Amino acid sequence: MSQRQITFEILRYDPETESEPRFQAYCVPCEEEWVVLDALNYIKDNLDGTLSYRWSCHMAVCGSCGMMINGEPMLSCKAFVRDFPNGGSIRVEPLTHFPIERDLVVVMDDFMDKLQAVKPYVIPKKKRTVEDGTYKQTPKQLHQYQQYSMCINCMLCYAACPQYALAPDFIGPAALALTHRYNLDSRDHGRPQRQEVVAAHEGVWECSFVGACSEVCPKDVDPAGAIQQMKIASTVDWYLEHLMPWRRK
Amino acid sequence: METIESDVVIVGAGGAGLRAAIALAEADPGLRVSLLSKVYPMRSHTCAAEGGAAGVAGADDSMDLHFNDTVGGGDWLCDQDAVDFFINEAPKELTRLDHWGCPWSRDKDGRVSVRPFGGMKIKRTWYAADKTGFHLLHTLFQTSLQFESIRRFDEVFTTDLLVVDGKVQGCCAVEMRSGEMKQFLAPAVILCTGGGGRIFPFTTNGAIKTGDGMALAYRAGVPLKDMEFVQYHPTGLPATGILLTEGCRGEGGVLRNKDGYRYLQDYGMGPETPLGETVLKTMELGPRDRLSQAFWHEQQKGNTVPTKWGDCVLLDMTHLGEKKIHERLPFVQELAHAYASVDIVKEAVPIRPVVHYMMGGIHTDINAATPLPGLFAAGECACVSINGANRLGSNSLTELLVFGKRAAESAAEYVRSAAPKTDRAAADQQASAAEARVRALFERTEGAETMTAIRNAMTHTMETGAGIYRDEAMLTDTVNTLADLRSRRSGIALRDKSKVFNTEFTQLLELDNMLDVAQAVAVSALARKESRGSHQRLDYVERNDDTYLKHSMAHYQGEDAPRIDYLDVVITKSRPGVRDYSGAKS
Amino acid sequence: MSRNPYVREVPRTTWYMRNRRYIRYMLREVTCVFIGLYAASLTVGLVRLAQGPGEWAVYVNGISSPSGLLFSLLALGFACYHSISWFNVTPKAMRIPRGDDFVPGPAIISAHYIIWGVVSLVFLLMMGVL
Repeated sequence: MSQRQITFEILRYDPETESEPRFQAYCVPCEEEWVVLDALNYIKDNLDGTLSYRWSCHMAVCGSCGMMINGEPMLSCKAFVRDFPNGGSIRVEPLTHFPIERDLVVVMDDFMDKLQAVKPYVIPKKKRTVEDGTYKQTPKQLHQYQQYSMCINCMLCYAACPQYALAPDFIGPAALALTHRYNLDSRDHGRPQRQEVVAAHEGVWECSFVGACSEVCPKDVDPAGAIQQMKIASTVDWYLEHLMPWRRK
Repeated sequence: METIESDVVIVGAGGAGLRAAIALAEADPGLRVSLLSKVYPMRSHTCAAEGGAAGVAGADDSMDLHFNDTVGGGDWLCDQDAVDFFINEAPKELTRLDHWGCPWSRDKDGRVSVRPFGGMKIKRTWYAADKTGFHLLHTLFQTSLQFESIRRFDEVFTTDLLVVDGKVQGCCAVEMRSGEMKQFLAPAVILCTGGGGRIFPFTTNGAIKTGDGMALAYRAGVPLKDMEFVQYHPTGLPATGILLTEGCRGEGGVLRNKDGYRYLQDYGMGPETPLGETVLKTMELGPRDRLSQAFWHEQQKGNTVPTKWGDCVLLDMTHLGEKKIHERLPFVQELAHAYASVDIVKEAVPIRPVVHYMMGGIHTDINAATPLPGLFAAGECACVSINGANRLGSNSLTELLVFGKRAAESAAEYVRSAAPKTDRAAADQQASAAEARVRALFERTEGAETMTAIRNAMTHTMETGAGIYRDEAMLTDTVNTLADLRSRRSGIALRDKSKVFNTEFTQLLELDNMLDVAQAVAVSALARKESRGSHQRLDYVERNDDTYLKHSMAHYQGEDAPRIDYLDVVITKSRPGVRDYSGAKS
Repeated sequence: MSRNPYVREVPRTTWYMRNRRYIRYMLREVTCVFIGLYAASLTVGLVRLAQGPGEWAVYVNGISSPSGLLFSLLALGFACYHSISWFNVTPKAMRIPRGDDFVPGPAIISAHYIIWGVVSLVFLLMMGVL
C-alpha cells in the first residue's frame, strides 16, 4: 500500500495557558488518497485528542474546514496530501486575517455580521402568496446570478484578501458576492436597499481588485468579478443621478 | 450561569430548525425565538443533500400518486394520515422556497423543472442542479436573517432538556467558545438535530450527525420510534462514503457488476431498460433499500469489483454525454474527480451502499408533538412517520420543510394556550445538576479506555451486526457489544482540560449520544422478527403484517437496554400490498 | 473569562511581500507610476514646443539621450505589463450575455488585444512611421 510519512506542523494556541500560538509537529502515516483533514482526524484520534478544529461534511460543501495550508487558504477536506511535495512537511494554520479562538478555530463573528448587513434575502416588489404559485424565471435569468449563489461561506476569500487585512471594515468578497447574487435575481427588487452598504466606502470601493479571492475560491464563485460589476453599476447609478437628474424616480 | 428566556427554543439550525424559526417569526413577531446549534447554521448537514425535494408539480401528477409511492416505498409502515398531510403541504412549501430565492433549476419556459427519482412513479423531484440541499439550507438561513425575533446562538452544545412536573421548561447548553453552561428557559422546545448516521463506520453523514437530539429526547422519556430502519444509499464513493446523488440514476446512469452486467434485472426490478432511457420505478429507479440489498447479493455471488476500500459495483454515466453531466450533475462530476480520481464522462465510477438516513427517530404525532408536553421535533431526528420502513429519495428535504413549519405552529399554539408557568427554582436546580455532570467529566481519572477505541468498536459492531442484512445471532452479538461499550464509557477521561472550544469534550458528549442511539437501533432490530423495507432479516425473510404492521417504540431504561413496545400504524386508505418495481405498467 | 482570541498583526508596510499574488498585484499597481512619469514628460514636451524651436530641440535631445531612451523603454515595458494584466481580468468586470450563457472570457480578452493592435496601427500610420 502506498503510505507516506508526512510531518504536519500545526499552529496550536490555548488561550487559557498560552500568550501566543506555537507550532507543534506530528508525524502521520498518510494513505495516498488522504486529504489534510484525514491527517488531522488521525492526529485527533490517535496522537493528540486536544487538537481543535472545525469540520463536518468532508465533501467541500459545508464550508467548516478552511485553513491555511502551506500558506494558502484551502478547504482541508479538498487538500490532497499527494499534491504536496514529497518529503516536505505540511504546515497548517488557522485562516489568516481572523482572530484565533483556539488552535485551528477562528472567530467568525465579523464575517457573520457582514453577511447579515448586506440583506441577503429576496426583497420582493410585492409580497407573493403560495396561491400565486412560483415565479417564472427562465434558465437565462437563473444563469445571471447562479454562479454567485454557490458560496459556501468558507471564508477562504477573506483570508486571501489583503484589503480585508488592512481595512477590517471592508464588507469583503463573499458578502459582496452574495449581494450581487440577490441584486441579479429576477425575483428580487431590493437593490436600492442594499446600495447603502455596497456603495459605501467599506463596500465595493474598498476593493482594489487584487483578485486573490477568486483564485482561492473552492466553488468558482468569482467574488472579484461580482465586485467589479457592482462598481460599474454603482458608477452608472452615480452618473445617472448627477448628470441626468430628470431620470431619478 | 447565564439564563436566556424565550418563548420557543429550537435546537438545531439545519433545514428543519431554520424553517421552524421562520415560521414562528412570520406567525408572531412577538414570540422570542432562540435558535441553538452546535455549528453555524450553514454548516448543518442539510447542505450535503444533492438530488432534490419531492412535491406534486406537473399536470400528469396527483396527490394520490405521491401518496401511493410514499406509502408503498415505506413498505406500509408509514402513518397514512401523516403522509396525506405531508404530500398536500409539499408543493406549497417548495413554492415558498421559490419565493425566498431558492435557485430551482428551470425549464425553458421559466417554470420549475422536475426530475425522476427512485421509487417515484412520476417526475416530481424539484432540484437545484445537484446541490439542492445546499441551496435549500442557504436560502433558509439567509431568509432567516431578516427576522429580528430570531436570536441565534451558534456553536452551543445542548446537553440536557429541562423537564419540570412532566413538562418541558427549556434546555441547558454549553457555549463552545467559552465552555460556559447556559440555561435556556422556554415553555416549548423544538428538536431539529438531524440523524445519527455516525453510529456506522461508512456513512454519507457528516461528523456532526451524532443523534444528539434523539438522545436528548430519549433520555427525557420520549420513545424512539422505528429505530431499526436505517437506509443505505446504494451509491456512495468507497473510502470516503461521499454520496453520489440518486439524480445520477434519475438522469439515466446505470449500475453494472464486474462483468458490466446490469444486475438489478435479477432482483425483481427488470426487465432491463434501454441505455439512456429511464423507466420510472424500474431497474435503477427502484427504491434505495432494494438496490442496496441487490448489491449485497451480488457481493455474495462474487460479482462485485474488489477495491482497496472494499467491494464495489460500477455506476456508469458515460452514455449521458459531457453536456448533460455538466448541466445536471456538476457536483457529482467534481466529487468523483476529486475523491475517486474518475472522470464520469469517460468511465464508470466504483460505488457501494453506504449508510445514509435514519427513518426512525423521536416519536411525534402528526402535529410534530412528542408525548412530552412542550417538546416538539422535526426533520430526520423525528419520526412522524411518513417514511415508514424505507424513505423515498427526495421526500426528506420536503419533510423538513413541512414538519419544521408544523412543529413551529404546534409550538406557538402550545405557548399561547397550554404552556405552564415556568417553575424557576426547579429549572435552576436541574440546570445546576447538568452543569455539575458536565464538570465531572473533566475530573475523571485517566484509565485504559479511549474514546477512539470505544467509537470504533461501536461503528464496527453496527456494521457487522445491524447492516443491510441482519439475523438473530449477529444482532445479539451487537446488542451485547453495545451494552458492554455503554458500561465502559464512564472510564473515558478527558485529556483536554481547556474550556475554550474543547472538541474532545464535545466528542465525548456525542459518543454518549451515539451509544444510546445505536443501542436503540440494535435492540429494536433484534425485536422485529420480519423483513420490511430497509430492515432485512436473513432468519425472517418475509414481511409479517399480522404481528409487525406496527411501529417499534424504544423506551430508555438508563444503563439497561431499552424496553420495546409497539404502536399501531395509521392506515386510512392503502392496505398493505406487494411492492412492485418490476416495470409493471399499472 | 476563559476566552482570549489571538490577533495576528499584519505588517503595515511589507504586507505585499507575504505571497506572490500580492507581489504581482503591487507590480501592476506600480506600473501607473511609470505611465504617470511618461505622461508628465510628454506634457513637458508640449510646453517646450510652445516655448519655441530652441527649447523643443533641448527637449528632443533630452529624450533621445541614452538615459532618456532607457526611461522610454522602461515606461513602454510597464505600459505593456499594465495593459496585459488589465486585459486579462476584463472578463470579470464584463459579462456580456449571449444566448442563455455569456461571451466566454478568452473572447473578451482577445477582443481587447485586437482593438489595441488596431489603435496602435492607426496611430503609427497617422504619424507616418508605417
